[in-house]
Amino acid sequence: MAKNKDVVMSVQGLTKVFKSGILNPEYTVAAKDISFDIEKGKIISLIGESGSGKTTVGKLILKLINPSEGKIIYNGKDISEIKEKEETKQYYRRVQGIFQDPFATFNPLYRVDRVFDLIFDSFDLDYEDKDQAIREALFDVNLNPDRTLGKFPHQLSGGQLQRLLIARALLMDVDVLIADELISMLDASTRIGVLNLLVESCKKHGMAVIFITHDLNLGYYISDHSLIMYKGRLVERGDTKKVYENATHPYTQMLFEAVPEIGERWDPDEEFLPEQVVQDVKEFYQENQGKGFVEIEEEHSVLFSDK
Amino acid sequence: MAKDFWAKHENLYYALTNKKVIFGLTIVAFVFLLAAFGPMIAQYEYDEYAGQGYLPPSSEHFFGTTIDGKDVFTRTVNGLRSTLLVGAIAGSIATLIGCIIGFVAGYYGGTIFDELLMMLTNIFVVMPQLALLIVIAAFLEVRGTFVMAVIVASTAWPWTARAVRSQTLSLKNQEYVSLSRISSISVGRILREDIASNMFSYVFMVFIQQFNGTMLATVQLEFLGLGPTKGISLGLVMQNAVNWNGIQLGMWWWAIIPGLILTILITALYFINTGLDAAFNPRLREM
Repeated sequence: MAKNKDVVMSVQGLTKVFKSGILNPEYTVAAKDISFDIEKGKIISLIGESGSGKTTVGKLILKLINPSEGKIIYNGKDISEIKEKEETKQYYRRVQGIFQDPFATFNPLYRVDRVFDLIFDSFDLDYEDKDQAIREALFDVNLNPDRTLGKFPHQLSGGQLQRLLIARALLMDVDVLIADELISMLDASTRIGVLNLLVESCKKHGMAVIFITHDLNLGYYISDHSLIMYKGRLVERGDTKKVYENATHPYTQMLFEAVPEIGERWDPDEEFLPEQVVQDVKEFYQENQGKGFVEIEEEHSVLFSDK
Repeated sequence: MAKDFWAKHENLYYALTNKKVIFGLTIVAFVFLLAAFGPMIAQYEYDEYAGQGYLPPSSEHFFGTTIDGKDVFTRTVNGLRSTLLVGAIAGSIATLIGCIIGFVAGYYGGTIFDELLMMLTNIFVVMPQLALLIVIAAFLEVRGTFVMAVIVASTAWPWTARAVRSQTLSLKNQEYVSLSRISSISVGRILREDIASNMFSYVFMVFIQQFNGTMLATVQLEFLGLGPTKGISLGLVMQNAVNWNGIQLGMWWWAIIPGLILTILITALYFINTGLDAAFNPRLREM
């Protein structure tokens, strides 16, 4: 990739194969040969359908699972070599995540405040007054601290829980934030607010965000770079504007066609066949055999064949 | 002070103020008191000739007498003691084996170790319990309380193992465990706060259920004549009643009273279990 970039993390040839069963194992390739750089203060959206391997990439970066192949370089070191306790803690001090399902992210036996207590217990966070800092972070994500702190997770809505997690991430002021389907549970009005907040703190603190989503509009709204994933492969990568305006891979093209626009109504005559894309991709790879991953213009690369 | 204590032990507070738990505990306490102090109140030995046979309950013989003149109250409270003891021992053994196998299999979920343990468990699950128990019991010539407990426990653990395994597997993959991991808290604390605490109430309830189940299984065996070769138990009292045609002779007190006590005890334990479920799970608490 081009020089003069402030790369905080570099993902190189990341592959994850899941094995299930002992006697008759089945292998699932969740991610294959994924490479990209994460730049300081930039938002990258990782776009793809369910099962395309987006979440797997997020979990690999968070060290929740180990890669089958490939490296993730942070601070000049492959993170799978980080084994020591103190070093792991330093890593998590700078790299954090927000998970997909806010209900599952809270231990149901504890009050929601626990997510803040945990980070204050583990990390030396630079705040004079812990409670005040938490309250401010909650106000930032448009939550009323008096109505949320001290509650049990089941007493709050998915959107409130998700905003609590965003507040937690903001309090930590990290280098890299993995945001998995971050605002899927928020309603339209809070959504923009939270997105803007994310972009602001991104620019202000130089935080890099990997925004995992299936929503193309959101991806365009928020991100500097876009990565399109299809069946565990990175099929298109580059500057968001270029990828959106000049979508080259047949899967990406299909995605853009599939987005309904405001003012557009369902049309019974128009046939839309998502199955068609499988065939299209196959033909596309055959036509361009042996080309591999090619940079078609500056800051825009496309996977032309999967071999 | 008191307020602080309850704030810290919130679960206990919810458990002890739950109506079902209070109801169940009261009955269970009563039955335990009966087992503990009954034999002291009783004026006879359980196999002693206590007077005329065929007597209905009276102030002299609280639960009447058997056909051969033994005191049913004495036999029942003594039998209750040994039945509770067998239930407690067998329940503990079954819970312990089930939890260990289940937790280990779940923790190493997906490995060959897990597969082997589950194969063993499945073999025990499909084995016809009662038939196996009859065979084992028939082979052992001398059967005391403890032997009874071991026999019953050996077939009671498999479902606990399966349930605990799946519980461990699902807890291990919860996103709040991931959140704790990326919050960099220690493995010990994750095991304690995220896994064990979500499991504790479950294990506690499993124990109550095992206590119930093993007690019933013991009584069943005893009723079939495969009980302890010495001593007395609830099942033996009932078996005697049936062998001597107690019911046909209209001696309801002989078989019905011990049976009723067992039924009430088991019902009360179920009440405690459902009540505790609500107390331990914030989602089921009435707000």
